Amino acid sequence: MNLQDRPRLSPLGDGAVIVQFGDAVDAGTHARVLGFVQALETAARHGRLAGVLEWVPAFAAVTVIVDDVDEAAAQQRDALLLALATSAAPAATSGRRWWIPACFDADLAPDLEALAQARGLGLAQLRALLAGTPLRVYMLGFMPGFPYMGDLPAALETPRLASPRKAVPARSIAVAGRLCAIYPWVSPGGWHLVGRTPARLFDAGADEPALLRSGDELRWRVVDRDEFDRLDALAAAGRIDRRDWLQPAA
Amino acid sequence: MDALLEVTDPGPANLVQDAGRRGHLAIGVPVSGAADPWLLACANRLLGNAPDEAGLEMPLCGPTLRALDAPVQLALAGALGARRLRPDGESGPQAAWCSFTLQPGERLQIGPVRAGIAYLALAGGCRVSAVLGSRSTYQRAALGGLQGRALRAGDRLAVAGAAAGQGVGLAELQGAPFVHEPGPLRVMPGPQDEAFAPGALQTLLGAPWRVGRDSDRMGIRLQGPRLQHRAGADIASEGVVPGAIQVPGDGAPIVLCVDAQTVGGYTKIATVIRADLPRLAHLRPGDELRFVAVSRAQALRAKAAQAQAWALWASRLRPCVPGDGPSLPDTQSLLALNLVSGIIDGLDDTLPWEHMP
Repeated sequence: MNLQDRPRLSPLGDGAVIVQFGDAVDAGTHARVLGFVQALETAARHGRLAGVLEWVPAFAAVTVIVDDVDEAAAQQRDALLLALATSAAPAATSGRRWWIPACFDADLAPDLEALAQARGLGLAQLRALLAGTPLRVYMLGFMPGFPYMGDLPAALETPRLASPRKAVPARSIAVAGRLCAIYPWVSPGGWHLVGRTPARLFDAGADEPALLRSGDELRWRVVDRDEFDRLDALAAAGRIDRRDWLQPAA
Repeated sequence: MDALLEVTDPGPANLVQDAGRRGHLAIGVPVSGAADPWLLACANRLLGNAPDEAGLEMPLCGPTLRALDAPVQLALAGALGARRLRPDGESGPQAAWCSFTLQPGERLQIGPVRAGIAYLALAGGCRVSAVLGSRSTYQRAALGGLQGRALRAGDRLAVAGAAAGQGVGLAELQGAPFVHEPGPLRVMPGPQDEAFAPGALQTLLGAPWRVGRDSDRMGIRLQGPRLQHRAGADIASEGVVPGAIQVPGDGAPIVLCVDAQTVGGYTKIATVIRADLPRLAHLRPGDELRFVAVSRAQALRAKAAQAQAWALWASRLRPCVPGDGPSLPDTQSLLALNLVSGIIDGLDDTLPWEHMP
C-alpha cells in the first residue's frame, strides 16, 4: 500500500469528519468507502462508536457526523475511525441487485437523439448501450433518494447540458459524464434525459424510505411504452411492491 | 383532546420546525429543523415543553392565529411582539418572552420580526405528524410540517388542549431575552483550504462580508472579495454539513445552512462551528459579517459554554407579572415587507447551491 492509499481524516467543523480514500470516481475507491461503511455499521451494532451520530457515504469519502464532548474525546474518536478505515476490507457491493423497469422511448427521452448524434451512435446502438450497462449506486444526494450511479461506457461520456432545465419530469433517467441518475421528483436539472422509470425512489412512509442505497447494483429491464404506462399507473396507486424488483441473491 | 389554532393570516415563509431530522443523511434527507434551536428551546421552556418540541419558525413576520374551541397556551421568543384581538373588539399588546393563554375566539396577531428570527411555541407542541422521526418542514422535498410547506390561511394547528391535562393551566412564566454572543463568526479552516490560492484563507478571515439577497435556509451567499482556487473548484462530491463554506468556481463563498443538501461537490475553505450556526439564522440580506479562525478544542468549548448559557437563562425564569414584560415593539411592517421578496427569490430551485445533476 502506498501513501496515497492510506485513508485520510479531516475535520469538517466540530461536528463532522471526512474520511477520504482517494479522489477518483471509480469502483475500486468506492469499494473501500463501502467497506468502511460496513465496518461502521458493525461497530455501531456492538456499541463501539461513542460520539458518532451517522455517516454519509460518497464517491471516495465518508462524512461521519460526530458529537464529541471535548477535544480529548474527539481525538480518541478520530483514532477509532482511522483504525476502522485502515483495517476495513473493501466491499464490492451492498449485496443487493435491482432489476428496474425503464422505458427509453423517444417521448420519455427528450435528449436521446441529440446525445446519439453527439456521440456518433445510432439510436438503437445508444439504447442498447444504456440498457446493457450494469450500474453501481455510488451515493444518494441532491434530493432524498436521488442516486448517483456509474460507470457508463466511455462511448457515452458527455458533458452536462449547456443550460439546465427548470423542470425535469419525475423519474427521468439522466446521464452526464460517465454517471447516470434518476430524478425522484420534478426538479431543475442539467443532465441529459434518456428515459424514464416507473419506480418510485423515495417514500417517506416506507420502512426503508429510499429505494436504493450506496453499493446497490442495478440493471435496467427495458419495457415498451404500454408496459411503462401500466407499471406507472400501478406504482402511482401504490400497488407495486418495490421488493419485486430485487433479484434473489445468487 | 387537542385544541385548535386556525391560521387567519399566514404571514411570509412561516414554517413548523423542531430539532431536525437525524439519521437519514445517507439517503439524501437533510437535517432541517429550527435554524436557531436555542431560541425555539426558549419558547418551549416558557411553556414547560421539552426544548425540541415543534413550534413555528418566523423569519420575517408572524401569522395571525385564532383559538377555536379551547384555550391554548403560547409563548413567543425573539425580537417581536403581538396584539391580542378579542371577539368583543377589544385588543391589547402581547409581549414576547412570557407564556400566555389565548381564549376561544381570541386572535393573536404576531408582528414583524425586528431582527434575526423568532419562534412561537405551543403548549404540548405543534401536533403535526412526524415524518422520518421529525415534524420539521423541508420544503424542497415537501417533508414534514404542514404537507412540507409554509403556513397557509385556513391551516389548523392542533395543540394540546385543556382536556388533555397538559399545557393549559401551567403557571405563566417570563424570562429575559436570550441573545447570542456577538463578534465574528468562528470557523475551523478546511477541509479543502489547501485547494485555494495562497492568501485566500486570510482573505476569508480578514475581509468584511455582506449577506447576499438570494440567501435562504439552504445557504447564505456572501458578497465580498473573490476567493481564488489553485486548480479548480470541483471535487468528487462528498457529504457536507450546515456551516461548511463552499466556494464554487466564481470564487463567491456560500455558507451552508440548516436545509443544506447532504452532499456537495465544491471545495470548502472553512466551516462555521456548531456554536455559531444559530447566528447564521439571524443574518439578513445586506448584513455585514466577519470570520475568525478557532481550533476544534475551542469550538467544542464554545458549544459547551452555549449549553451552559441556555441552562442559566432557563434557571432564571420567573412567574409572569402583568405589565412587567418587555414592552410591545413599534410596528415596522414596511421594513419586513421589503425583505419578503428576497426570501421568495431565495427559494428559487435553480440556484447552484450544489452541482445540480
